[in-house]
Amino acid sequence: MTTLLPLPVPATPADEVEAGAQSHQFPLPQTLNYPTTTPPTLITQGAEGRLYKTTYLLPSIPCALKHRPSKPYRHPILDQRLTRHRILSEARILQKCRREGVPVPALYAVDEGTGVLIMEWIAGAPVRVPVNEYLRKRKADGLREAATKEDGEELVGLMRRIGRAVGRLHKVGIVHGDLTTSNMMLRPWDKGKAPVNGHKADGEGNGLLDGEIVIIDFGLASQGTQDEDRAVDLYVLERAFGSTHPRAEGLFEVVLDAYRGEFKTANIVLKKLEDVRMRGRKRSMLG
Amino acid sequence: MLETIHLEHIPHTLSIHVAFYRNVTNASFLHSQLLARNASFEYALIDASTVISRFHLLAAVYKSITVELGGNMKTPNIHSEIVCALSSNNNIAEAYRRYGISPISKDVLVVKVLNTAHANTSDLTKESTETHLNEHVKGESVEFSDEEIAKTTDWSKLRKYHKLNGAAGLDDITDMDAKRKEMEMMIVSAMALRGL
Repeated sequence: MTTLLPLPVPATPADEVEAGAQSHQFPLPQTLNYPTTTPPTLITQGAEGRLYKTTYLLPSIPCALKHRPSKPYRHPILDQRLTRHRILSEARILQKCRREGVPVPALYAVDEGTGVLIMEWIAGAPVRVPVNEYLRKRKADGLREAATKEDGEELVGLMRRIGRAVGRLHKVGIVHGDLTTSNMMLRPWDKGKAPVNGHKADGEGNGLLDGEIVIIDFGLASQGTQDEDRAVDLYVLERAFGSTHPRAEGLFEVVLDAYRGEFKTANIVLKKLEDVRMRGRKRSMLG
Repeated sequence: MLETIHLEHIPHTLSIHVAFYRNVTNASFLHSQLLARNASFEYALIDASTVISRFHLLAAVYKSITVELGGNMKTPNIHSEIVCALSSNNNIAEAYRRYGISPISKDVLVVKVLNTAHANTSDLTKESTETHLNEHVKGESVEFSDEEIAKTTDWSKLRKYHKLNGAAGLDDITDMDAKRKEMEMMIVSAMALRGL
């Protein structure tokens, strides 16, 4: 979902595009064609699907609706099977995580026939946004550009929470497959409720980085406990983090430190991570 | 008191009506009408002790509507489908026994889905349904609200039915309200995955 592809340019005359663009490029799932009090809004479009914000059951309950439209270039039967398989695998993983206490969106409804997955709406913003905001503020305040463990208390706290959340995910036997700071939400604390992972960001700050880490988008996730896969997961996060937040790259080891404390065999995974760093994400040099 | 509820994302030909009766004295009569497949008693009659909230029940109603629209019903009609949708496993008889009305049920939730596009229910209206219910359900009609439902919820039964006793996600929560909220979310998630 995060790999945003440019929209294909339709090979039709411009005036036809005008009329057909909405319906052809954005076929809404049948569910969204039925009446609602507020119209659904498109949040993001990825290579495989689209994410809408809409409502579930009652106008007061917001939800996220993920639609995997059928691909016209695939054979219909294969298309149906792939969609069904991917929707169900994502749904099962969400359900498992929730049961095991990994903070993820709750599953509301699955319609594998039309390729629709309805989930709890997570408030807040993707971690990427507040982190960049924080780093920008630092610069504006005239602090040194690169955040370090010593002077970025608030950020260090957030990084710890990320490490714990990822550790917890791996502990229950799920590998995410696409860990980035865009696939984690920073949900504001529920007032008076004990946060599920970690506590208030250590140190004082303006509260920009306060919140609970909720991991989202399990479209590429799989169930497994292989240290190799876990290490690749961490490697992907490391690389994504380095390129999205270059000024905080030096803090990544905080994530790994927190990860280490989450489950017994984490040390083996971190050893493996060193191998993966040497050779890259792909184990075999084929393909 | 029959409340009409409009759910999001369902065709406008469908309307949902819910009533809540407490201290029902003729549960065995109602149960026998279901067993006899008396068409005029085509309701989802649910044992209220297995329902957590409006959200929980409406999620089951929504699921059974999508199943009907998709043409994948596993049971005779949409009302029996609602009872099954409350379950998290595929055993239909077990779902009826656990979530449906039984001769010893005390508190009963009644759901009726009317479809104006459907030939054999199109002559039924909210009024006729309400009259029929008031005539045949011997109990005290109360509001279909989260507060009223919460009074009858049997949590230990739900924990057992949905196999939540070993769920690590619940052990860490100390606050009772938060714990129940989380259980509700887990149960709704499990219901969504049923039969898939």
